[in-house]
Order: sequence, then structure tokens, then C-alpha cells
Amino acid sequence: MAQQNNGTELHGTPKPLWLLAEITYRCPLHCAFCYNPTDYVTHTQNELSTEQWIKVLREARKMGALQLGISGGEPLLRDDIEAIVAEAGSLGYYSNLITSGVGLTEKRIAEFKRGGLDHIQLSMHDITKEINNFITDTNTFELKKKVAAMIKAYDYPMVLNVVIHRYNIEHIGEILEMAEAIGADYVELANTQYYGWSLINRAQLMPSKEQLEKAEAITNQFRKRVGNKMKVFFVVPDYYATRPKKCMNGWGQVFMIVTANGDVLPCHSARSLPGLTFPNVREAESLEWIWNESPAFNKYRGDGWMKEPCRSCPEKEKDLGGCRCQAYLLAGDAEGADPVCTKSPYRHLIDEAIEEAKNPKIAAQPIIFRTDKNSKKLLEGELRERAQAFHALP
Amino acid sequence: MSDKIRSEDVFGLARHYRFQYEEAQGCYVLLFPEGMIKLNGSAGEVIKRVDGKKTVADIVAECKAAFPDVPDLEGDVLAMLQLAYDKAWIARKE
Ligand code: SF4
Ligand code: SF4
Repeated sequence: MAQQNNGTELHGTPKPLWLLAEITYRCPLHCAFCYNPTDYVTHTQNELSTEQWIKVLREARKMGALQLGISGGEPLLRDDIEAIVAEAGSLGYYSNLITSGVGLTEKRIAEFKRGGLDHIQLSMHDITKEINNFITDTNTFELKKKVAAMIKAYDYPMVLNVVIHRYNIEHIGEILEMAEAIGADYVELANTQYYGWSLINRAQLMPSKEQLEKAEAITNQFRKRVGNKMKVFFVVPDYYATRPKKCMNGWGQVFMIVTANGDVLPCHSARSLPGLTFPNVREAESLEWIWNESPAFNKYRGDGWMKEPCRSCPEKEKDLGGCRCQAYLLAGDAEGADPVCTKSPYRHLIDEAIEEAKNPKIAAQPIIFRTDKNSKKLLEGELRERAQAFHALP
Repeated sequence: MSDKIRSEDVFGLARHYRFQYEEAQGCYVLLFPEGMIKLNGSAGEVIKRVDGKKTVADIVAECKAAFPDVPDLEGDVLAMLQLAYDKAWIARKE
């Protein structure tokens, strides 16, 4: 009777059910695992205006967009989120603010509630400090606790997102207990995906297989204990899998991302792909044209672009060949099978990365944090040795 | 936890769930933080009536009145409500 599909399975013309507004790339935090582009500093001066965002919301809603994510960067750095939320509410979006909590005040949350914001996803950023702070009961945890209490007080479902990497994976039990203590309804344990900053820091961030298995076992035990009280999602890291993820549920199928400067993308890191120009809402005739007609959105739609081994693969409907950006960033072959796939001729790149992460010398290299300064450095060609292995990184 | 629903039970939508008609999709949807569910026509008709006031018996009666030509409607409506309850889309009102 009913199909649960997270908006995935669609017949006929695809519709952009999910609209993600990456509303600013500015951020007070400097997460090493940030998947924002490493050249984000070039997009911090030319953000869309409130009016431009409202126009985007209206057009997308007409096209069938239903879920709205407001993210960044840290969206709360903009002072017009209230207006954007109110517009989303009146248009009937199911809207979600994705935030680190920094900058969330009683006044703002009350305004969000009035405007019809549906939920707030609180990310536990900078998690090593966070967990240390939690254990030692110091400032940052106090902030998160305050924000969490506010979320509860305003009767929002509490959705926690925790990016998992080598430095916090062994604390997963404590992280879950903390989530329980602050009354989370949903917890997403998202293993780091390697794009942007996290790709440069891959050897430093990647957990070992043993760590991963332990973390999964602890998560399962926890699930058993709390039952339905809290839903825990464990997003497995694809490097340790044998098949790739169905990236974004297919190129141009359900997701549409509008970035801070107005570029419209089918996935977060699509701008790293070669030979593609992504339309911008400032110039294109309409969002509808962008989604339906633009060459960029049609480039990897469906499976017409595939070559072997994907083309004749019996599993191609399941993963659509995986992630185009991963294929390009790692193997320099945007039409190739995602290197994660064991049928891919590039699988050795993944195995090498896993090996590299075990090498204490490489893993001990300093982390390159996501800062304006480092973004500029990378653009200017410094830190070359760290970016060199990856196509399309500066 | 999956107990059977009874005809005198009153259900409301689960906390934090939203139910609405989507013009562009031509169907009812249930929305919640980690996703959405598209409901087909008959499922939508049933969930539409879950309002925190009507009993299961009321909902069955309403559906029967709205669709007099559909045979064995009661079984379908009850099955739909049971499914919605098992999936925690709807919650029993005390
Ligand atoms: S991952 Fe960290 S640095 Fe990147 S946008 Fe989110 S909070 Fe900011
Ligand atoms: S060969 Fe291509 S389509 Fe087949 S499983 Fe691997 S990535 Fe997917």
C-alpha cells in the first residue's frame, strides 16, 4: 500500500524532491573532515541575496521540491535565515536547519518555530574536542547541551549528526550515551566520506577495519538497549565495502543543491568534475531549465554515459556505477566505475589508501584544517604534496 | 511492541510527522526528519482521517461511506492502520 522510499524511487521525469541550500560557505569551525570544496574561499564574497533565495525556493517548490535542507558552512552566520525559513514554511516545505549550534539563540529559535521550521539537525562538529569536553564537562559540551535543551524546549525532534573518523570512532559508545543523555530522537553516525577537506586529510582520518567493526558492534548493542526510543543510523564508509553507494540516488534524480554563490549542482562536489559548467541561478533562465534541460544535469543522468565494466553489469541499477566525483578524484576517469567497486579496474587505489592510512609516518602528517588561510594556500599551489594525488584538487 | 489495534482506539499522527497532499506528485505524503513516505490513494484516504479524535471504528465507517462501492473495505482500512501503527507513523492517544 505504501512505499517507503526516502523520495528515491520515481517513475517518469525525475523531480528535485530534495533541495539543499548551501547558503553560505562561511563557518566559525574548521573541521578537518569538512566536505566543502577546498577552494570555498572563492565563494564567500558573492553569496545570493535573500530575494534570490526566496525566488529559488518558490521555483523549486513548483517543480515538486518538498524537503528543504538549509546548510553551509554555518547557515546561522546569515541573519536572514528567519526570512528564508518563513518563506519555506508558507510554501509547504518540510524544512531542516543543519547547524553546528553556534549562533543559535532563544530569539532565533523562537522565530524559526514561528516561521514553520520542521526540524533542526545538530552536528557534533570538531568531535575530538567535543568528546574530550564531554568527558571533562567543559565549554563546548555546555554549548551543545544548551542548544539541545533549546531544541527540546521548542518541541523540535532532535537529530544529531556525528561525523565519524579515526579520532572519535573509539568513543562511539560515549557519543551514543551523550546523545541519549541530551534526549536525541535520531542519531546519524556518518563515517567520513572523502571529498574536499576530508580527502586531503584522508590518511589522517580513515579508521582501520578493526575500529570500524568494533564501532558497528557497539552501535548494535546500543540499539538493542534503547529500542525505539532513539533511531540510530550508521552510515558505513564505502572504502571498506565492495560495492559503491548509489550516489545521491542517481545524478539529477531527486537531489538539487544550490550553493552559496548560486551554482546549481546535482551533488556536493560535482564542481570538481572536468568539462562541466554548472548553471547559476543568477544567469540561467529558470531552475526548471537547469534541472530538466541543462547539459550538466543530463550528463550523468540514467546510465547512457556508462562504459565497461558498468555498462553490462547486472548490478548497475543498484548503484548506477557509484560516485562520479569519486571516480574522477581518485582515478581521473569521470565515466569509470567508482573505484570502491571490486569490479573496477581502479580498486587498487582504494586498497592503497587503506594501506596508506595504516602507515604511521603518513598518518602522522599534520591535518590541514578547513580555514580561509589553508583554502588560499591550496589555491596558490602550496601544500601541493597533499593535494597532488587527487585530480581536481588545487 | 506491535500490539493489535482495537476499534475503540484513537490514533493521531506520530510526533514530528507531517501529512500533506503534494500537487506535484499527485499523492499524499508523510514527512519526518529522516525521510518521507509517499502514500498511494487508499492509504492517503485512511491516514487523512487519523486526527487524534476519531476512533478506528469511526474511520472505518467514514471510509465505507466515502467509498460505498468498494467491497471488503473494512479489512483494508484496518490493515492500513495496523501497518501505520507498526511503523510508528501513528500513535495511540491515551
Ligand atoms: S564540516 Fe565543520 S567546517 Fe565544514 S561547514 Fe560543517 S561545521 Fe563548518
Ligand atoms: S561494475 Fe559498475 S555498475 Fe557494476 S557494481 Fe561495480 S560500480 Fe556498480
